[in-house]
Amino acid sequence: MTDAQTSAQARPTPHVKDNAIIRFENITKRFGKMVAVDNVTLNIQEGEFFALLGPSGCGKTTLLRMLAGFETPTEGRVLIDGKDVAALPPNKRPVNMVFQSYAVFPHMKVADNVGYGLKMDGVDGGEIKRRVEEALELVKLDGLGARMPDQLSGGQRQRVALARALVKRPRVLLLDEPLSALDAKLRDQMRSELTSLQEKVGITFIMVTHDQDEALAIATRCAVMHRGVLTQVATPADLYEFPNSRFVADFVGSVNMFEGVLEKDEQNEAQVRCKELSAPVYLDHGVTGARGSTVWVALRPEKIEMHKRAEGSTPMKMEDAPAGANVVPGIIRDIVYLGSETNFEVELEGGRRVKTFRSNLTRYDQEDFTWDEPVWLAWHACSPAVLLS
Amino acid sequence: MEQTWKQAKAAFAAIAVPPIAWLVLFFLVPMGVIWAYSFGENTGPITIDFTGTFANYARAVEPLYLQIFLKSLIVAGITTVLCLIIGFPVALAIAFASPRAKAWLLLLIMLPFWTNLLIRTFALIAVLREQGYVNFALEWLWNNASGFMTLIGLQPLGEYEPLTLLYNNTAVIIGLVYVHLPFMVLPLYSALDRMDRSLMEASLDLGAGHLRTILLVVVPLAAPGIASGILITFIPALGAYLTPDLLGGTDSQMIANVIERQFKRANDWPFGAALSFLLMYLTFIAIAAQAFIQRKSERRG
Amino acid sequence: MADEALTSMPKVGRPRREKRDKPGPLDYMRRWPLQLMVGATLVFLYLPLITLMVFSFNTSRRNVVWQGFTTDWYVKAFNNDSLLQAFLNSLTIAFFCTIFSVILGVLAAVMLWRFRFPGKTAVEGSMALPIVVPEICLGVAMLVFFARVMPWPMGMPWPLNLGAIIIAHISFAFPFVATVVRARLSSFNRELEEAAKDLGASEWRTFWDVLVPHMQPGLIAGALLAFTLSLDDFVITFFTAGPDTITFPVKVYSMLRFSVTPEVNAASTVLIVVTVILTAIGLQVQNNLSKEKKA
Repeated sequence: MTDAQTSAQARPTPHVKDNAIIRFENITKRFGKMVAVDNVTLNIQEGEFFALLGPSGCGKTTLLRMLAGFETPTEGRVLIDGKDVAALPPNKRPVNMVFQSYAVFPHMKVADNVGYGLKMDGVDGGEIKRRVEEALELVKLDGLGARMPDQLSGGQRQRVALARALVKRPRVLLLDEPLSALDAKLRDQMRSELTSLQEKVGITFIMVTHDQDEALAIATRCAVMHRGVLTQVATPADLYEFPNSRFVADFVGSVNMFEGVLEKDEQNEAQVRCKELSAPVYLDHGVTGARGSTVWVALRPEKIEMHKRAEGSTPMKMEDAPAGANVVPGIIRDIVYLGSETNFEVELEGGRRVKTFRSNLTRYDQEDFTWDEPVWLAWHACSPAVLLS
Repeated sequence: MEQTWKQAKAAFAAIAVPPIAWLVLFFLVPMGVIWAYSFGENTGPITIDFTGTFANYARAVEPLYLQIFLKSLIVAGITTVLCLIIGFPVALAIAFASPRAKAWLLLLIMLPFWTNLLIRTFALIAVLREQGYVNFALEWLWNNASGFMTLIGLQPLGEYEPLTLLYNNTAVIIGLVYVHLPFMVLPLYSALDRMDRSLMEASLDLGAGHLRTILLVVVPLAAPGIASGILITFIPALGAYLTPDLLGGTDSQMIANVIERQFKRANDWPFGAALSFLLMYLTFIAIAAQAFIQRKSERRG
Repeated sequence: MADEALTSMPKVGRPRREKRDKPGPLDYMRRWPLQLMVGATLVFLYLPLITLMVFSFNTSRRNVVWQGFTTDWYVKAFNNDSLLQAFLNSLTIAFFCTIFSVILGVLAAVMLWRFRFPGKTAVEGSMALPIVVPEICLGVAMLVFFARVMPWPMGMPWPLNLGAIIIAHISFAFPFVATVVRARLSSFNRELEEAAKDLGASEWRTFWDVLVPHMQPGLIAGALLAFTLSLDDFVITFFTAGPDTITFPVKVYSMLRFSVTPEVNAASTVLIVVTVILTAIGLQVQNNLSKEKKA
């Protein structure tokens, strides 16, 4: 666990081959003075379900559209299967796209929509018919080939778009915000269907999304983008547990962030003192930062324990930290009951408020925390993430 | 929601009476009089009897006039097709230009549309006549080509014969295209501009080239816009008076010119009235056809 | 290595421009065949007009070849009383036509937008007629109407003698205004009206405080349209005008029939400039309005 903090390396995913099918090399895209993508270098392996994650306007869609051929990079190269595709127009690239609006041709029947790409490739009629049926079956739309798109629901239209792209057997399937236009129930269902579909067809999927839940749930690997810059590329678990910057920690999931000074940094332990925390933050691993430098401690709400505190009692001790570390006193200021869990907002000495969750393990809480109750907040030595930027 | 007029009778009367009265008195009545005249007969130099005769219409479908109707339809048709051929790529380019360029190009297309029709026709005369700039340019090319031929040891081309670009059917068509091009470009532009770009991108993404994308995706989806562009080019071109009058020769008369002659020179109002109404019926048929296409494509999409 | 030396030589000739990205697949305006097409179309549309304007300053009478700069034709045109009178007539007619067309157009638009009444479809259809009926048909109808049904009194003092033409112009211009204003009204959120009434405004105040401000861009566009339609009209005026009620287009037409002198060029140039200025003002006003709305 020594340097797990700063090197959030991707863990191997079994069905991913070690073969970069897509390679972005120092890609920069400017629209006038605005820099949409700033010197991005990124490899995507064959068989991955890759997510480009970031807030709107971060350049993720531009990156995807460069892959499809709808935007041309200002600088840098895009390689598909090791070949520079700069000279290839969209219709000659071995990638296909599922558009955010689905872009199902409203004037063509479902079967004609799905068969459109094959017709363009000069595939003969019988073969088109067979493959269209196969593709419709794959997305569970069998029998709807004769419908017009306006007779379909939003979810079905998306399946048409999926079938239409997959039927061409592309090397890579591009999905632009695939779930954003669906309602919540349908979105959950589609998430698992996309995953199983990808495993079934074995094609590399690249998805653009601003929804971190979606990315964590579906992707085998994610790239987080912020203002055109690639901030972190990692598996969903690493992204959540080992963020490499304040932006990633804050964007992916919910977090309590404290600014502090690195007091100690050894091979197997480190300590940070934060102004807003009355106790030092102790860690059971090193962080490879300079002593005395400013760092940030990120503490996920679910990683904070909450215990009753009697007035005037001595601080409790965490078993994996020195006495006095990783434990701070506070007062519950707000409680939000959410059914499966309850959110608490605890005010520390000095006024800083900290979020924490408690799962509702039983039907009524034995401890019965209530408003304005004094509590201890405590965390394990391996729970906080120390961020250098 | 709309109110029924009974809920606010006074307000409705105040709002509805002026425009309806105006429309009836100064539009429907004049039209009605013409319609009545078309079933009348000249009985004296300025007296007309309403005899309910169909003789005027019978005369209008005699070969001489039928030919003029046919010719007007063909000229308007060619004009419309030319406007479509020129206007579609222009509208496409404008719709996909950068926002700044788009605003300027639209203004440039619209400005002649606001300029006086007569002035534009007059301006065209100066360019097209035998001593005009088109002929000057052609002569210059001709002479240079001729000089080049001598240079490489061939026979020179001889004297340049100026082309007769005015006072014939070609001139009328050039003039009509010149005048009506903005009518075509604007509805095409608005149809193309409204179009969902991702549909075109999807088509390219699926392997279609630009030409096939335009034919298979853009044209069907922009059909209502194309139909209305065709309509608002065709109708005024069919009833054009000024352009054939100023640019046409003796054989380039269109219906409007014949109608004018009945009223101003020949003084045969009943016959002119019948011709007017025939022209109007043709216009209505064109509108009905366009509405039909519109409804069909709406039902589809 | 010789190759490398050659390729790394500094490029002579074309100065290095700011590097632009390759056009994207839908940047049709950045592809040369379409650029050529647009360019050729603009030349086709503007060459005749620009030639006309340039040669209004030419000293030669047979305006074919450029011989020298002069403003004589303008002086001549401004000293031509009948031309000036025609110009003044045209502007007067356009002015009155605009005022009446806007009033009638707004009433018609509000009527069709607001009320349900028997025969609405018929009224709607008849309102569209003046827009689609060929000019020549309307022209002859007006000729007959003012000759036989309602003869306009002869010898009326100016500008009353222009009445027949003004009426004819209003008849075809106000349905255009109604169409434009109605299109604007269709984007009106009726809850605004209900909100005004809820807050205590009367029917009349609601109309002025809520509906009219919403219609404003439509009113300006409609007024501009009515003005230009009237100023532009030749055919209908041609049939309605008498010898003492000549408008500018009719005057130019008769001058063209007689002889083409650069005087016509000069007069036309003035009208083109007037039109361009009017369009610019209209666009500016509309821009300002939409900016105000956004702010």
